[in-house]
Amino acid sequence: MSAAPVLNPFSLFFASIFTSNILLANFLGMCSFISISKDGKSSNGLGFAVTVVLGITSAVNWAVLHFVLIPLQLEYLRYIVFIITIAATVQILEMIIDRVSQALYMSLGIFLPLITVNCAILGVSLFIDIRAYTFVQSVIYGVGSGLGWWLAIAALSAIRKKTDKSPVPAGLKGPGITMITIGFMAMAFMGFSGMLQVQ
Amino acid sequence: MVPFAYFTAPLAVGAISAALAALISVTDKIVNNYGDIDVAINDGKKELTIKGGQPLLFGLAEEGIFIPSACGGRGSCGTCKVQVSTDIGPVMPTELPFLEKKELEEGIRLSCQIKLKQPLSIAIPEELFNVRDYIGIVERINDVTHDIKEVYVKLPDDTDVTFVSGQYGQFEVPPYDKVKEATMRAYSMSSPPSDTKHLEFLIRLVPGGIVTTYVHTNLQEGQKIRVVGPFGDFYVRDTDMAMICVAGGSGMAPFKSIFQNRIDDGTINDRDIWYFFGARTKKDLFYLDWLYELDRTYERFHFIPALSEPQAEDEWDGPTGLITEVLGSYLQETIPTEQAKEGYLCGSPGMLDACMAVMQQHKMDPERIYFDKFA
Repeated sequence: MSAAPVLNPFSLFFASIFTSNILLANFLGMCSFISISKDGKSSNGLGFAVTVVLGITSAVNWAVLHFVLIPLQLEYLRYIVFIITIAATVQILEMIIDRVSQALYMSLGIFLPLITVNCAILGVSLFIDIRAYTFVQSVIYGVGSGLGWWLAIAALSAIRKKTDKSPVPAGLKGPGITMITIGFMAMAFMGFSGMLQVQ
Repeated sequence: MVPFAYFTAPLAVGAISAALAALISVTDKIVNNYGDIDVAINDGKKELTIKGGQPLLFGLAEEGIFIPSACGGRGSCGTCKVQVSTDIGPVMPTELPFLEKKELEEGIRLSCQIKLKQPLSIAIPEELFNVRDYIGIVERINDVTHDIKEVYVKLPDDTDVTFVSGQYGQFEVPPYDKVKEATMRAYSMSSPPSDTKHLEFLIRLVPGGIVTTYVHTNLQEGQKIRVVGPFGDFYVRDTDMAMICVAGGSGMAPFKSIFQNRIDDGTINDRDIWYFFGARTKKDLFYLDWLYELDRTYERFHFIPALSEPQAEDEWDGPTGLITEVLGSYLQETIPTEQAKEGYLCGSPGMLDACMAVMQQHKMDPERIYFDKFA
């Protein structure tokens, strides 16, 4: 494992949103990305939820990794442990949102359990380990990745709104044209990668 | 490495899981603690204070108000509707399939899906205040015909049951043979409301019926039995029109209660009552002595039993034919055409639909035909 890369927080934040977008550069979290982007309102709800959960789990998993797993030489357990913490975080978050805001609960309610199995969430926690981020970097990277995911799904849902009404060849309607769209988006985001590299 | 090394992995995972589980349950205790919630029912006619955080349906049941629910709060039957006038946020996706557009506008919600979080103001049908959950004791079981049993249930000593003749109770039988869970079915009370310590039901054996089979084969006198009620809107409307009552089989039950009630309060002779009772053969007829006596005693009470398939040994000299035919001929020839009438029907869906058609043929107002259909 290399030493923590020296990155200024702003660069990392920017990179995690644009140049290393978790969806369009790493292709993580695709399932809900494709299915939910049908609807603009739900996309924003899910994007927000992913951002919140990523922000929290990146902090929690960093702590678990550095205070429990690394001292006990149990890093090989990180997959299972990260999943457990993510599930618990989502559970707690759901209870708190239910209490605090009924409106938010209604818009997120059905997406929150979905997030537990969103690979972008686990992916971010694993990148934190692989890239040996510090705590602050982890949280910035987590929130940034969430915002990046949100940006991507919001963009895709807006594009799908257009393609729904466009003269798409019959065989490509629905998932077909969506996959092609995602490919173009990924290429467009690759244009950012010359600016910064965080791999 | 120390020998303990083998245990560090399971211990670590176990400890982390335990810590998170503890955190979840602590959060649940803090976050889901809504304290006591005030619930005002029907414009404050009843004010309740219920422990928050639970579904409204269960909270009301704790306080002895039973909203009808067939699925037990799982959100799959859609019967536990209540009107909520407090703004408690948008309708849940789990409620939507059960609510019509008009109900959504009126603020109807499923009480099993609403969590008690804030003071609520709700409206429920007034008669639900009387609904109770009783554990009674089967005092008597009589065979009134070859396939109908009269089950007389004694309620706990400290109860005074309140119901209106014609209403029904949910009768629960325990699991038996291949039936794995307690099962409830609705039966009309055949006892009069004046008997506040007992409820009587007429239960006909339906081949393959879970509750009827149990009642006819397993139910013993002295056995404890659960009854929830009363429910239903099949009761006599307060008018002076002639009552045209039609029943078949155990459809006798609500009428037994209705007639006895009118005898008890002295109103039996206040309006014309025509009671048509349909059966196949003489062995399907019951309570004949009592009903003939009413017919003789009260000038305005008319009892017309009819057999559709009288046997030679029945020596039947009364009306013969389907009850609809008998009803039709009486409406045609005997009962004055110009007299205003109300219809009261209790029996199988087929019989009810046929009677409804006959009544409408004879210019009876469908709005004034009330029925209790066997489900």
